[in-house]
Amino acid sequence: MIVVENLNYSVASAQILTDVSVTLPKGGITALIGPNGAGKSSLFSHIARLLPMQSGRITVDGMDVAPANRQALARKLAILPQQVHFATRLTVKELVQFGRYPHCQGRLGAEDHEMVEASLAAFGLTALADRFLDTLSGGQRHKAHVAMTYAQDTGYLLLDEPLNNLDIAASRALMTLLRWLADEEGKTIVIVLHDINFAAHYADHLVVLKDGRIEREGSPVDMVTGALLADVFGTDAQVALVGATPFVMP
Amino acid sequence: MRARSMLICGVLLTVCCGLFMTLEARGNWDFVLWFRGRKLAALLLVGVAVSTATLLFQTISRNHILTPSTMGFDALFTLIVTLAVFTIGAAGYNHLPSELVFFVNLFLLIGAALLLFGTLLGQHRVDLMRMVLTGIIFGFLFRSLTSFVFRMIDPSEFATIQVSSYARFNYIELNLLWLAAGLTLVTLLLCWRMRRQLDILSLGFEIATNLGEPVAKRQKQALVLVAVLVAVSTALVGPVAFLGLLVVSIARLIAPNETHAMLIPLSALIAGIVLVGGQTILERVLGMSTPLAVVIDFVGGFVFLALLLRKGWT
Repeated sequence: MIVVENLNYSVASAQILTDVSVTLPKGGITALIGPNGAGKSSLFSHIARLLPMQSGRITVDGMDVAPANRQALARKLAILPQQVHFATRLTVKELVQFGRYPHCQGRLGAEDHEMVEASLAAFGLTALADRFLDTLSGGQRHKAHVAMTYAQDTGYLLLDEPLNNLDIAASRALMTLLRWLADEEGKTIVIVLHDINFAAHYADHLVVLKDGRIEREGSPVDMVTGALLADVFGTDAQVALVGATPFVMP
Repeated sequence: MRARSMLICGVLLTVCCGLFMTLEARGNWDFVLWFRGRKLAALLLVGVAVSTATLLFQTISRNHILTPSTMGFDALFTLIVTLAVFTIGAAGYNHLPSELVFFVNLFLLIGAALLLFGTLLGQHRVDLMRMVLTGIIFGFLFRSLTSFVFRMIDPSEFATIQVSSYARFNYIELNLLWLAAGLTLVTLLLCWRMRRQLDILSLGFEIATNLGEPVAKRQKQALVLVAVLVAVSTALVGPVAFLGLLVVSIARLIAPNETHAMLIPLSALIAGIVLVGGQTILERVLGMSTPLAVVIDFVGGFVFLALLLRKGWT
């Protein structure tokens, strides 16, 4: 369970987050959605400790997200930032091995090697293990990054807009993978998403942000309605139901 | 594979050192070994200091084109010396014990480096363009200030500065050698102990934070180590602009992987080969016709251009 209490964040007199308090449930996929500039990424960055906290408190399973708990948090919570560009040339295996760093500080033991092999196998990357990352397609590279966080062996996985620059096949493959992690491996996934349809189809819980505040939260069926699109996103879009899943007509 | 490139470089360096010590050696062997040995030790020290400083700097700035000297580190060192001579006079400066001068210089350099580059690196998303431009402008500023002071200074005092503001491999400040050797070894040891953390740092702020590394703290630690290494090499032989870039680029080219456990020793070996080999060829074959620094900067300049152009295309 990730608990955010009274989080405020401002940059040079612009208030980005205003008194945000929200509880993200343990288990399943929770998606943060909202229009551009709503503060989704800022909220994400605070939970991921990428931004120093100005006021408020965030705990992960009761552990404070503070510099003092850096190492312990790295074994509890893994993050996948938006755009990762490495200056060095890395192979898939080297990248996945870095995921073990919080556990072994770079000295890989037998257990760590096992975990690396298991991650490579789980994501179908064994054949690509010795390929350099810059020779892979966008989808494969994403998979390698998720494999790294899998090797990190954390209960929580946070992803910031992972579907950017991915085509429909790669996007669906990645979301299916996350669904599998949540359902079969019991991980808690928190994901910032732009595409409401992806959020409605794959997530269990939606948190809607607008103007730096939590606007509403709940299950996709309750959340994704014409009223939400009009109130929060300011656009008149039709919402259809495909099976039990709401679908926003573009 | 890992052992092979290291082994080849090790053998090459040994050959270079052997040639440097023995080629055209005449007269008393005790004198030859003592005279050339000190010079060899200084060259090796400078090599390992410059290559490691460049490597660390590239890691924390996450850029393979930047070096401490493109960011004005050694220009800053020269400026400090120039200002010292200007304020206390050449006579006063030359009377000061060189160890004292060195340490004062070192602390000023560390302070200035943390002040100038610490704030730039401390930003969560390093704006690379801004950092490069700031570095280049700082470099220009330091050099312009230095030449401004040159113009106001007494000609005899100018000669004192000139010795410390140009790279010189033939005349090396040997009184500093032991001090420099001790400092360099301690710094290298610290760098080596940091090698795994440096690997993580090279993954960038977000991933390093994800893996639990205190990025800003590590960057500052690395910056202090870089400042010490630059101070050592600049005090011994003066500024060498492109040596670091040249050797680290070659090391990246031939290294089987880009971990620091691989790159630190490999680039140090290559730096040794370039300096000792180059000095041997210039002294014994070409009869001292060109200063080594000129040759290194010439070749290094081309490597810099090649890297820039290749980056531009991809």
